[in-house]
Amino acid sequence: MKITVNGTAQETAATTLDALLIELGYGEAKVATAVNEGFVPATLRPEQRLNEGDRVEIVAPRQGG
Amino acid sequence: MPTYYDTEIKSRLMLGTAQYPSPAILAQAFKRSGAGIATVSVRREAGGERAGQAFWDMIGDLGVHVLPNTAGCHSVREAVTTAQMARELFDTNWIKLEVIGHADTLQPDPFGLVEAAHILTDDGFQVFPYCTEDLVLCERLVEAGCRVLMPWGAPIGTGLGLNNIYGLRSLRAHFPDLPLVIDAGLGLPSQAAHAMELGYDAVLLNTAVAKAGDPVAMAQGFARALEAGRLGFEADPMEPRDMAAPSTPVLGRAFT
Repeated sequence: MKITVNGTAQETAATTLDALLIELGYGEAKVATAVNEGFVPATLRPEQRLNEGDRVEIVAPRQGG
Repeated sequence: MPTYYDTEIKSRLMLGTAQYPSPAILAQAFKRSGAGIATVSVRREAGGERAGQAFWDMIGDLGVHVLPNTAGCHSVREAVTTAQMARELFDTNWIKLEVIGHADTLQPDPFGLVEAAHILTDDGFQVFPYCTEDLVLCERLVEAGCRVLMPWGAPIGTGLGLNNIYGLRSLRAHFPDLPLVIDAGLGLPSQAAHAMELGYDAVLLNTAVAKAGDPVAMAQGFARALEAGRLGFEADPMEPRDMAAPSTPVLGRAFT
């Protein structure tokens, strides 16, 4: 299945957001997520199904002004 | 000292965390200035990089309150989703709400700002809106639930200081009890002192400190200017006048 992660198109075998994060090595990382511009809380990631063409954002704390 | 949403902060300085020469200099700037709030952001994490965790640990060591922003968001949807992600990451209801309306000036989109402020307040956020000094916009933001306003002094990163003294003074007069923070555009400590003399509660700086040749000294300079300006405001300054008035007693002058 082809999806977009942080603006980059890629193939994934994951069918849920939770599985995608593990596949990409974010298992225990301090990240927050959105799918198709909508926030997905950490607690709901296992239930968040991924579909062809989904746009996933994975963000972390950073410097800011 | 200013109180934001029932939390008193023992400093009138909010300091950004971006663009410093090194994390050590950032930490020193906070320590020497006594800044009470650090602004932070959320950005895309590259695979396996774990830079977010390292940054989070460093901010934790500063021992200050954290104010996440929605910097760079140009739409209500982006800003709301970014705020929600920031709340989960930083474990705070505080959000510095930025909805950018123009690429050249980075000035707020007032219409999107009010809409986003309504949505986020209803969702339990405590919103710190980055706004202009427009009185009607600020009234709408207060109606939306904002209990602090953060008007710009000048566009972000310009260092031009306070561009509209009349507007800022007017805002202070209309909202005597609301915390008002100058956010963006300051470059020099004297400008921060001026903001204090106008009765503002705090300033938020980033570029002015981080891009100074000596960020630590500049942070300290701003902290002292804030203290000096605030003392001047509280001391009830004299009224300016056009004609000279001798300060030395006239009575008893020799040769008269």
